[in-house]
Amino acid sequence: MTAAALAPLAGKPRSRWKQPSILPGFPLAMGWTLTYLGLVVVLPLIALVVRPWELGLSVTWSTLTEPRVLAALRLSFGSAFLAALTNVPIGLLVAWTLTRYEFPGRRLIDAFVDLPFALPTAVAGIALTAIYGPNGPLGELFAKIGIKTAYSPVGIYIALLFIGLPFVVRTIQPVLQDLDREVEEAAHTLGATNLQRFWLVVLPAVLPALLSGFSLAFARAVGEYGSVIFIAGNMPMKSEIAPLLIVIKLEQYDYAGAASVGLAMLAISFGGLLAMNGVQLFLARRGRV
Amino acid sequence: MNFRQADDTSASVNALEIKGISKAYGRFPALKNVSLQAKDKEFLALLGPSGSGKTTLLRVLAGLEQPDAGEVRFAGEDFLALPVRRRKVGMVFQHYALFRHMTVAQNIAFGLTVRKRSEKPAKSEIADRVAHLLQLVQLEGLDKRFPSQLSGGQRQRVALARALAIEPKMLLLDEPFGALDAQVRRELRRWLRELHDRAGVTTVFVTHDQEEALDLADRVAILKDGELIQLGTPNQVYEHPATPFVFDFLGQACRMPGVVEKGRLLIADWESEAPAGAADGAVDVFFRPDEVAFAPADGAGLSALVRGVTQRGPDVRIDCVIEGQTVELQAHGPTLPPGVTTGLSVRIKPLRPQVYATA
Repeated sequence: MTAAALAPLAGKPRSRWKQPSILPGFPLAMGWTLTYLGLVVVLPLIALVVRPWELGLSVTWSTLTEPRVLAALRLSFGSAFLAALTNVPIGLLVAWTLTRYEFPGRRLIDAFVDLPFALPTAVAGIALTAIYGPNGPLGELFAKIGIKTAYSPVGIYIALLFIGLPFVVRTIQPVLQDLDREVEEAAHTLGATNLQRFWLVVLPAVLPALLSGFSLAFARAVGEYGSVIFIAGNMPMKSEIAPLLIVIKLEQYDYAGAASVGLAMLAISFGGLLAMNGVQLFLARRGRV
Repeated sequence: MNFRQADDTSASVNALEIKGISKAYGRFPALKNVSLQAKDKEFLALLGPSGSGKTTLLRVLAGLEQPDAGEVRFAGEDFLALPVRRRKVGMVFQHYALFRHMTVAQNIAFGLTVRKRSEKPAKSEIADRVAHLLQLVQLEGLDKRFPSQLSGGQRQRVALARALAIEPKMLLLDEPFGALDAQVRRELRRWLRELHDRAGVTTVFVTHDQEEALDLADRVAILKDGELIQLGTPNQVYEHPATPFVFDFLGQACRMPGVVEKGRLLIADWESEAPAGAADGAVDVFFRPDEVAFAPADGAGLSALVRGVTQRGPDVRIDCVIEGQTVELQAHGPTLPPGVTTGLSVRIKPLRPQVYATA
């Protein structure tokens, strides 16, 4: 609309890209962005896309339809999805506590949230195994009620919960902090109950952030390797994750097979993230044009 | 007494009674023993500079803030014992506080849709009510827009419609025009007064703009540092400010030292009758820079030397020196005596001086 309004002034219609921007240096900035993204992100991914076809389409297909590969993919994406989903309400609660209340030790707890970011994932894996393993304090406790935590999909889920939480908390926190308190007060004076205020006012406002926190936690969990392999037990068909399967295939010099599994993971992840972005865009459009 | 409306105090009941409200934030006292009343359907303005406690008082009325001491009654009911959502007050905030993810219609209907099932009106009734309110705030046809697609003035009207939707017992407005530009502000001001008269709701309005308060309200309560300084009709407070602060806050002020003695007021070499009730002693004399009469140098009044005369749109600014003190006077162009020019000595007579005992 603005372009149409400006066009007659400019004499001949200008392309949208050519419009003057407040920030100078668009060609340079864009050039660097593309070069960098190309070298660091796209190029390796292209290799991944090209590699599997070396031995022909049928080999790729047969690799991907192997029951062991399918089981691993299902486990990786399923547990990542479940863990990210669980982290959404928990992360919201943690972010809520950290932003809404003043209490001694708040900063300390706030710092704790980042620990899964900072810890080498292998260390996290060993620590989790020590606690949730058959001889670990929590592992024993769970064993008593018949839940086998370590060396099972439950262990994978626990590890993914651990590494995904900071993504959710850190995306929601700033949004909660910026939330206009007066909007909640307005809802309150209009007769809304606590639950209604949360459900109808706060939640819709943080929904886009929740979604992006979910996407980040999910994406991270899908690719997680280090912390999972220690606690998973890595039994084929039962607790073997797709990234581990790729490593196994590499160790067997089955590069094409490894790349095939990788490509499948890439395609599913990319599709999922794209869908999430679409939903977020829709939500953003609705609220602030 | 100079009342704005026909006013039969004896018959009309106090709808809102505020008694001895105190509130402190930590060590900082925001309200100190404030008591005031508002009659049914009255438009009351809380006026004061920032930090005077006016917004805190409004939030106490809404229930968003609990006072440390005091009592608030509305129509005889103990208001402080009621939780926020049961008070049925319509609150309008300075920054609109609209629900961004809801359409205009959904925003307005919010107070009705959150009601318990047994109290909730039927869908068609809610739609009717929203349509009626949209018409009342002159926003017909914008019901499907989102707040971000509206101008500031339109947003505030949506906020007002949303507050009116619950048929509030009382309307509370917290600097509702503070974020709008001067033109829109003036338009909305007149419109709000008409709306109030039509809706017939007791309204408490917070502002730091004295012009807005004097123009809109039936009565004005002036607060300073958490204390109620004066309560009265716009004319009462403007013409008889209780303290130098009120005088200064309600408009421009010129200030001269003087002495009251046996009913006579002495300012420099000019003696006149003291305002009624002024006690003897040293006083500060306050007068408005546009409430002065000019006389020739040999007439009566304070002797002044005109330093400069500047035309400012319809007004004329006259800089002069009285008793060694530079004073800026104002006159309306056509009423300025022809003799007043730069370099001339004249006599100046404040028409309505107010005297306050020197602190």
